[in-house]
Amino acid sequence: MPPQITRRTALAAGAATLALPAVLRAQPATVKIGMIHPVTGPLAFGGSQCRLGGQTAVADLNAAGGIRSLGGAKVEAVPGDAQGKAEIASSLVDQMAEQKVAGITGCYASNLALAATQTAAKYNIPFSIDSGIADSITARGLPNVFRFFPNNTTMTNEAIACLDALNKGAGSPAKTAVIVHENSEFGTTTAKLLSAKLGGIGITVKEAIAHATPTRDFTNVVLRIKEAAPDLVLITDYPNEYQLLLRTLYQQKVNLVAAFSVSGGGFNLPFAKDQPQASAFMIDYNHWYNPHDPRALEFRKRIEGAGHVFGWEVLFGYFAVRVLADAIERAGSTDPAKVNAAFAASTFHDDWLPYGPTKFVGGQNQGARGLGLQIQDADIKTIWPAEFADAKAVFPRPKAS
Amino acid sequence: MALLMPALVGGLLTGGVYALVALGLTLIYGVLHIVNFAHGSLLMMAMFGAWLLAAKFGLDPLVALPLLAAIMFAVGWALYRFVIGRVAHGDDRAILLATLGVAVVLDNLALVLFTGDTRTIETPYALQMIQAGPLLIPLAKLIAFACALLLAGALWAFLALTDTGRAIRAVAREPEGAALVGIRPDRIFALAYGIGIACLGAAACLLLPSFYVSPQVGGVFVLVAFTVVVLGGMGSFPGAVVGGLLVGITENLGGLYLGEDLGPICVPLLFIAVLLVRPTGLFGSVR
Repeated sequence: MPPQITRRTALAAGAATLALPAVLRAQPATVKIGMIHPVTGPLAFGGSQCRLGGQTAVADLNAAGGIRSLGGAKVEAVPGDAQGKAEIASSLVDQMAEQKVAGITGCYASNLALAATQTAAKYNIPFSIDSGIADSITARGLPNVFRFFPNNTTMTNEAIACLDALNKGAGSPAKTAVIVHENSEFGTTTAKLLSAKLGGIGITVKEAIAHATPTRDFTNVVLRIKEAAPDLVLITDYPNEYQLLLRTLYQQKVNLVAAFSVSGGGFNLPFAKDQPQASAFMIDYNHWYNPHDPRALEFRKRIEGAGHVFGWEVLFGYFAVRVLADAIERAGSTDPAKVNAAFAASTFHDDWLPYGPTKFVGGQNQGARGLGLQIQDADIKTIWPAEFADAKAVFPRPKAS
Repeated sequence: MALLMPALVGGLLTGGVYALVALGLTLIYGVLHIVNFAHGSLLMMAMFGAWLLAAKFGLDPLVALPLLAAIMFAVGWALYRFVIGRVAHGDDRAILLATLGVAVVLDNLALVLFTGDTRTIETPYALQMIQAGPLLIPLAKLIAFACALLLAGALWAFLALTDTGRAIRAVAREPEGAALVGIRPDRIFALAYGIGIACLGAAACLLLPSFYVSPQVGGVFVLVAFTVVVLGGMGSFPGAVVGGLLVGITENLGGLYLGEDLGPICVPLLFIAVLLVRPTGLFGSVR
């Protein structure tokens, strides 16, 4: 016998239908997060890596139930391509403000971040910096700008401490250095910082060699290094020149105690795998995950398993979104003033990263730090400090054959 | 002084690579009388081709050279026949814009397909050096240098001694006159463009063992290739070779004596000096 529709069930169904729009209205709105990166142009690789990290974080947040304090609101990524140009990064902020984003992450490069954060300050939009390292990004006193990651001063100071520890641990074989740097703001500033600090750890800088970007041939530079015969070569370069220089150092059989870089542009896994001879024993002080945390290793596997290159920029993009989402969660609102206040009071922490307790002072996380890394057996290993190391440093490196 | 000889040799070898990239550009200018703005992007595409053949199929770039040159010839020929030639309608300005458009499309296509990553390959000879007295000469660059000279010679012989070469030269000089004697200029234009781009296929295979490839790599070479072509005389093969070597040596000696950041001004200075004395370039002829 077919089910009979009684007057009561019909009324109940009608009432349910009438109530439907109210249920739909009760669905939480999505929380939009802007992501500004250079995904075309000369900085495309790093920018795409940051974006990949950011989008992975959005997927993880939504899989874990969205922003709970906003009724499980889903997070929506609003990506923008800054093309490596500061003016485009700035205009993207205006566009994202119109789209009512709850916050923005970006911008891979410091010059892009400086321009974008300045514009975001007009709207008071919370801005979570990913890979811009310049101190000035957070030092301008903008109340909406936060950096979870270390700045240039922290990285340089720690890099010097790392180099000193490695050198003293080996009986101080390194006494002299040549610095090779690209001649724009990034290379020149870092080279100056390094020059000023190396004397303090007993290393004399014999020469600082500046070069243009792009440089197609490093033979001249390497010949000058050979003539100066330093114990160390310190490199501050963008990826292409960084790798060409290391190849030429290997070809010209330059004997060194170590080649060392700070935030080395070309220090990445593809280089370690494609050029195992030229990249071997290169030491870089850089951002990396905590190799003792199994979830960090799983995350790397997951990114590589999806066919992507895993670089530290992916971590930046990922955690820039996570720390911003945490602030929105605790604010229980997308009101910029409330999110900024929650961001400033953040104690967000995850053992994936080798960081200490989170504490924002003037927008900069005081707990952030880098790690001493070395390419060994075509992979990136952590060599300093001991608490995070997963390999022993090769210092001094073997003689060039 | 101890650095002078290695710097000279290094400049000469680098100059060989510049000449190689400039060869195709000078041929295209010589015949079509247009500046091919897509040259850098097509070089990048060829380098990715060489990288794919090496990384995915294990084909050494030197072995892949004839294959890639043939593929790039087909790409160049088709590009002219179906895109540039059709858009242009015989208007030089339209050809310029068409090549610029092709460059933009190729650059962005490369970013989508290969991302912005820098890629290199390892071949048995990529890092090998030849010891010549106190000098250490990179084998990969020496091979590239020798092949650049060979290719320039072969191209010159092809244009000077074969019927097709004569037809190309005839169209370059007088397209209407060539048409009157039965040569179809449109076909010759596509052929010349194809040969010019085939040169990039060869250049890519010779460059890759000692260089990197990324979607921006074309820009690293294209400006210097334009300088070489104008310096040597637009449309002249000996000009491209001599110009390339001159630019390579000037760049290296400039870097040695003025420093690597001030050194690069030597090439533009040489460029201006040569054009002041010979406005048509070293081997250029007044048309």
